[in-house]
This record gives sequence, C-alpha cells and structure tokens, in this order.
Amino acid sequence: VSSYEARIDVAHLPGILDPQGATVARALPALGYHNVSEVAIAKTIRLVVDAPSADAARDQVDEMCRRLLANPVIEQYSIEITELSRT
Amino acid sequence: MSAKVGIVLFPGTNCELDVAWAVEQLGGEAETLWHADDTVRDVDAVVVPGGFAHGDYLRTGAIARFSPVMNAVTNFAASGGPVVGICNGFQVLTEAGLLPGALQKNVGLTFLCETVELRVETSASVLTGLASPGALLRVPINHFEGNYVCDPDTLRRLRDEDRVVLRYVDNPNGSLDDIAGIANESGNVVGLMPHPERASDPIIGSGDGVVLLRSLLAAAAETRASLSA
Repeated sequence: VSSYEARIDVAHLPGILDPQGATVARALPALGYHNVSEVAIAKTIRLVVDAPSADAARDQVDEMCRRLLANPVIEQYSIEITELSRT
Repeated sequence: MSAKVGIVLFPGTNCELDVAWAVEQLGGEAETLWHADDTVRDVDAVVVPGGFAHGDYLRTGAIARFSPVMNAVTNFAASGGPVVGICNGFQVLTEAGLLPGALQKNVGLTFLCETVELRVETSASVLTGLASPGALLRVPINHFEGNYVCDPDTLRRLRDEDRVVLRYVDNPNGSLDDIAGIANESGNVVGLMPHPERASDPIIGSGDGVVLLRSLLAAAAETRASLSA
C-alpha cells in the first residue's frame, strides 16, 4: 500500500455561468490587462489516500468526486495523483 | 386535529423559528426534526428551512444531504408526503436529488436581501394549491446562491410538466427562466428561494406568503386524512 496525494480541480461545466470568473474578467482590463479572456474560478481540493496502486487511488477519488466533492449538474472535475511514499 | 409540520434543524439552520411561528399563526402545529435523527416521526408535512446547514461547507447543502434525517425525508417524499425547501432548504433538496438542478452564486455576486415580486405559475403543487396562477406575491429573498441552473432537457421537462411553481417578475439573481421555485414530478416536493414565512403577516411588511403556507397546511391535512383513512 502506498500513499498518494490527490489534487482535484473542481470547475464550472462549460456553458454554466461562472459569476466570479466573469467579475474577475471585467476587473483585469480595468488594471490595463486588455489581452485576458476566458477567466475561470475553480477550487482545488487536496487529499491523501492510501491505496494499493495509483489506478486504485484514482478510481476511489473519482467516486468521491461523483458522490460528494463535485456537483455534476454544474461542475466538472479533474484529478491528479502523485505517489508520496511506500509504506 | 391540526396538521403537524416537521421543521428540519441542521447545525447552522436559522429560519426554523420563523417557520414555526408562521405555521402556528395559521393554525398548524410545528415540530422540530433534529438532523441526526433518522425519522420524521408522525408529521404530515416537512419544511427544510433556510440558514447555512453544516456551514454550507464545500457547496450549499452538500453536507446536509448526508444527515440521517434526510433518509427519512426522502422516504416521506417518496410516499407522497409534502416537502418544502425554503432558501437553503431548496439547496439541500437539490443536492439530495429530490429536486433537479442546482443553485449557484447570484449573477451580480452580491448577497441579496430584499422583497421581490413573484408570479404564481401553477396551482399543481403542495405550496400553491390554494393560489391562483398569475397571482403576484411580494415575498422577501435573502441569499447569495439563488441563481437556479439546470440542463436544457431538465428545463424543458420543468416547463412541459408544469413544474415551474413560482417565477420572479424582475429576476434579481440571474436564475434560468426567472425560476424562483420548482416542484418534483408529483408536485409534493417544492423548493423555492423566497421566504414565505417572512411574508406571513402584514405587520412585517407582507402577508403574501400566507396563501403558500396555507396551501402547505391544506396538503398536510390531506396527508393526515389519507393516513387515518
């Protein structure tokens, strides 16, 4: 069994309004950054999971995302798994 | 015997006393349902009131869904019992899968606390059974995440099946199709962002929420009658 760090990014689904992203997108040009577009505000969740393999860790984290960490009605997610140590 | 309304209390709920007061003013009986108890006891209707259940951590309503009482509420709803989620309660019901869609941050990115005008769109729900479609009601809103969203198929179904219960006359928060409240397929589960309990007496600014709460009490009385029949 190894420990894996999972980094989960939870973002709005395409087509779902991102009010925070839209507000920041309007604020940046006010500071002179006129070449910015497609601002999206997402959240990152980090956790450590002990699992027999990286694939097993990913599968379990994916299940967590579907059941709790993301709301599939408005959000999409991506998962990065990094091995921390072998115990 | 008067109809008994169970009011769910999560850590962070803060509108339970207002709902209980309004229910009692209208001749109903109010009973608190603690979130950690897996039962709705012998109530005839359930209200999931407003507030910040479990701190609204992760997403509004996301953690509340796992409170034991929600199993009992889900079973009660499945057996046809009237269930109404107000504000944070609406968010909880969408997270629990009792109502479709989700509520996200208001378009203007501000917390809104104001009285708005609502249009009753159907009387085919436990919250609007005594209301007339087309009627305009002045009811307060008090939320940051009241911007209703759902996918196009869900919206089509909500419209085709007459499940948009209330619409904003002047959309305050960016809600899809001006939606302020929706019902499930059978009309016995309703969620809405406005607070009818805060419009339950002209002395507090509006009595327009009374028709909604009376509708709920009437539905609760029917539940009681059908159970004892």
